[in-house]
Amino acid sequence: MLTLTSPVETALHRWPAGVKLAALSVASVGVVAYQMLIWPAAVAVAAVYLLQGRDFARHGLAMLRPLWMIVVILALWHLWTGAWAAGALILARLVTLVALANLVTMTTRLDDMLNLLERLASPLARIGLPPRTLALAIALVIRFTPVLLAKANMLHLAWRARSARRPNARIVLPLVLMALDDADHVAEALRARGGL
Amino acid sequence: MERNLTHIALFAALIAVLGLVPQITLVSGVPITAQSLGVMLCGTVLGARRGALAVLLFLVLVAIGLPILSGGRGGIGVFAGPSAGFLVGFPVAAFVAGLITERMPAPVGVASLIGAALGGIVVLYAFGISGMALVIGKTLPEAALLVTPYLIGDAIKVGLAAAITQGLARVRPGSLLSRP
Repeated sequence: MLTLTSPVETALHRWPAGVKLAALSVASVGVVAYQMLIWPAAVAVAAVYLLQGRDFARHGLAMLRPLWMIVVILALWHLWTGAWAAGALILARLVTLVALANLVTMTTRLDDMLNLLERLASPLARIGLPPRTLALAIALVIRFTPVLLAKANMLHLAWRARSARRPNARIVLPLVLMALDDADHVAEALRARGGL
Repeated sequence: MERNLTHIALFAALIAVLGLVPQITLVSGVPITAQSLGVMLCGTVLGARRGALAVLLFLVLVAIGLPILSGGRGGIGVFAGPSAGFLVGFPVAAFVAGLITERMPAPVGVASLIGAALGGIVVLYAFGISGMALVIGKTLPEAALLVTPYLIGDAIKVGLAAAITQGLARVRPGSLLSRP
């Protein structure tokens, strides 16, 4: 499965994941708490993206695409009510915070994130969640998402072979059954290999 | 123990798949992603605790950068976006849906319908609307207005979740972990 990490190697990729996440938290809280920081932060984030090269900046822009609808709605809303300055501030804050968080995602490899997660989650061992179990659960999801997706596509094909109409929600029940079966099989396989 | 773990993991994968399969047409001609259907099913099929854990696991994978949120989104940025409140509400919604399906002394179809409606709409929208109001600096009624178009799709998904849960109870009663 592809991740959202940018293939363009930047200096930020070499920063430790923990440092980046801590910086992200501090910066986000700062921008939310102090309104006057919004515009400088927006300019700084844009500059960081542009400094990593054109391809990286373009990838960053593409990552912001899911926001377009809310941005258009908010812009029209504030044009209508006349509160332009407030609207610009809200939009800048929204886009800056998302872009800043995306920056961490784009420059941190999955391995580094997983290592950090394992360290952060180690205190959970005391309440019954050993880091190994969490790591196994994550690995299972990463492995089985494409497997289930392939099975969903097979259900689609089977449907199309039988019917001229497009598949509807009726294929969800067999998909749920397949997930339940897979879960039972994997549980058996784990137990056969000595369990957790 | 192994069974709990694999069910939680497989249902986290199921939520991802339901968000990635766009071809499911719920209403005539309008493709809606079924991701929140997956969240409801986690609760009504796996029960409160396992269901909530499956959704949490899914969110962990989103946060570490896998593009498994509907529309291929993912990463930490989605938790700063306008739908962040819905994401935070997902595990709670699954928990409530599961709790009602488990505890309500009614046929499984009825219990899961009420559970999915309370969890997947009442609880989820309470979180979602609050989150949106915070992120885009609007009042709660204004934010509520912005999410009302999605209400129709989610109401349909509540019905589907109940129908699927009941179907599962009929064809494979042993698999319905919420009603052992």
